[in-house]
Amino acid sequence: MAKANFDTPAFRPYPVIPILKPGAMKGDGPFVAKPPMQEALGYPGELIDNWQEVAIDKMGELLKKYRSLRVYLDACVKCGACTDKCHYMIGTHDPKNMPVARQDLLRQVYRRYFTLAGKWLPKLVGAKDLTKDILDDWYNYYHQCSQCRRCSVFCPYGIDTADISMAAREILDCVGKGQKYCNEIIAKVYKIGNNLGLPEPALRNTLDGLEEDIKDETGIDVRLPLDEEGAEILVITPSADFFAEPHIDGLIGYAKVFHQARVSWTLSSEASEAANFGMFIGSYENMRRVALRIREAAIKLKVKRIIFGECGHAWRVAYSFLNTLAGPFDFLDQRYPIPQHICEFTHDLIQKGALKFDKSANDHRRVTFHDSCNVARASRMGNIPGGQFTIPREVIKACCNHFYDMPPDTIHDQTFCCGGGGGLLTDDLMELRVKGALPRMEALKEVVDNHGVTHMAAICAICKSQFSKVLPYYGFQMDQIVSIHQLVSDALVLTEEELP
Amino acid sequence: MGFWTTFYALSFYTATLILILGLANKIYQYANTPAPLKVPTMPAPLTTGGVIMRVLSEVVLFRSLFRSNKWIWLFGMLFHGALWIVLARHLRYFIDPIWSWVLLVQPFGQYGSFVMLFGLLGLLVRRLFVERIRYISNPSDYLMLILLLVIGISGVMLSFVTRTDIVQFKAFMLSVMYFDFFNWQPIPTDKMLLVHLTSVILLMIIFPFSKLLHAPGVFFSPSRNQVDNAREKRHVAPWAVKQFETQAPAD
Repeated sequence: MAKANFDTPAFRPYPVIPILKPGAMKGDGPFVAKPPMQEALGYPGELIDNWQEVAIDKMGELLKKYRSLRVYLDACVKCGACTDKCHYMIGTHDPKNMPVARQDLLRQVYRRYFTLAGKWLPKLVGAKDLTKDILDDWYNYYHQCSQCRRCSVFCPYGIDTADISMAAREILDCVGKGQKYCNEIIAKVYKIGNNLGLPEPALRNTLDGLEEDIKDETGIDVRLPLDEEGAEILVITPSADFFAEPHIDGLIGYAKVFHQARVSWTLSSEASEAANFGMFIGSYENMRRVALRIREAAIKLKVKRIIFGECGHAWRVAYSFLNTLAGPFDFLDQRYPIPQHICEFTHDLIQKGALKFDKSANDHRRVTFHDSCNVARASRMGNIPGGQFTIPREVIKACCNHFYDMPPDTIHDQTFCCGGGGGLLTDDLMELRVKGALPRMEALKEVVDNHGVTHMAAICAICKSQFSKVLPYYGFQMDQIVSIHQLVSDALVLTEEELP
Repeated sequence: MGFWTTFYALSFYTATLILILGLANKIYQYANTPAPLKVPTMPAPLTTGGVIMRVLSEVVLFRSLFRSNKWIWLFGMLFHGALWIVLARHLRYFIDPIWSWVLLVQPFGQYGSFVMLFGLLGLLVRRLFVERIRYISNPSDYLMLILLLVIGISGVMLSFVTRTDIVQFKAFMLSVMYFDFFNWQPIPTDKMLLVHLTSVILLMIIFPFSKLLHAPGVFFSPSRNQVDNAREKRHVAPWAVKQFETQAPAD
């Protein structure tokens, strides 16, 4: 793709809050979903005639179903605490990318139709009729939110713009204006089983090829099984792990860890996708339907445990929602967390001393870690709050000699989004993605300059794809982003499986 | 029975009724709207006790706001903190005999009102001059601060400049509270007192229909009040069960 006509933001000498540029990111938004994809998800094919009425009704329905929406739309006092916290605001300077202003796009309509003050004195409280202009603003600006929840960390009432943008996208879908990228992917999951539309034979072929590669490289038979009934562990991983760089090196890492742990595991061709874009479009129904595939695969393959690969929003859905959407998982082994993250699994083995590493294999790398937003702010690993920060870092430190964290206000629960999360990882949003990456790139530059960091590790398929694309815009190399299990893979000392 | 006495007595009843019923309605609404998904902002506490501490740290210390912006935190804290002390001091006009701790609070409450005004002015100045906050402000956001400033300034005036017959006012207030219908003690009619009371009555009426709902709202915010136990305990909303799980699962 040719570079689009925009300038990559310059690194700021120190992080000043930008001057607002109203309308800087005004536009038509990402490509709109075509009718067949809309219909596959149960939505009208194109913008319906009575969209206004349907949108208001839908908003009313969501207000009754979601306490979050109701409380968040009421409670904001416009204090301004969130206004400088969004990476898209920092990168684009568009005031409508301030979290509160993004919420206000929905709140102005909520106030007009659902509150006394907005019905009687609309001008006073900033209430507005739902016009086509506002609908277009919704489509444009709710697709400039990566649902990363950074603003919710800083809000005195915990108002989560992610929840609001999910509700807005659900309303947009219901009036027939869905986003092409997300809805096309969900339709593919229903039809083929994964986001990439990779069918079973292609998947089997890929996995066989990987087994050969590992054999060639290490001389050891490491298996990547598919659809093996009776395996102990079902591994659900983002389909990018099957072909994209650096994702695939992570997948090789999982296989090596399972090999060394001497446990049987399998992938499923029917649930060959951890991602659940139903979350991005705020659709409980679609999210549930996508999640149920995992339950069905687990039952069909008679596994005892479910482990998720490196994927951010998938881990949020897995950790926080899977039990709700597709539970109860009483047929699985209750001695293990349901589901478990691959980093938890590897970390447990490291704790038990079951894995041997040759850390010098990673000596050519000086590594930092990018906390992916959905892992950091919407899920957990391990038994204590904050395990999602310590466990990945301990895994990295177990296999690398050189680890350096980025500045404290850009990691852990204050982490900055990669710029491509929340269903925005599409080329038609390239300008937004590059500009939204600015704060993370600045933090990376800091450790590159001060500690000679050469690589940034991540545990999210979207982060990895996004960074491979945007790193070059900021003067870095695309291969400076690595999977954690790629680091594990390179340092893990493999041994032949002893014969029984 | 003077006109103003009747007017203010009836206004107090109306405003109190609107405040209580309005808030009760909103709290009922929040409490009865399900939170169908586990969405605490992580890291979150693993126990109910932990959640209580988390919510208290937000309500009492404005913990998240402190992490976010020290100026807003400072002005917000000064305003809310002083407001509570000022309110506590005002109990003396509604209680007879006055509780001894209310007597103790009296001087702090009187001078606390200056702190409250300072906090409010700080918030107003930020709203006027910080570009980002000005952008997100509606007329109601300014008017709310102005209303609170009017209450505060008229209160300070009553305390330190144009005193009213406070004993007579208390007699009026008690007769209102004991429902001495149309037999209320006369209200003093100093202009400053009436300005003070009118703005307070207005605030009580506006409360349940405005952003002042942040007060009950903060206790109901799912990102702050949920326990992090999604893997251990299945959490499903009644509407989701009804919509999806009415027939037994096929397995």
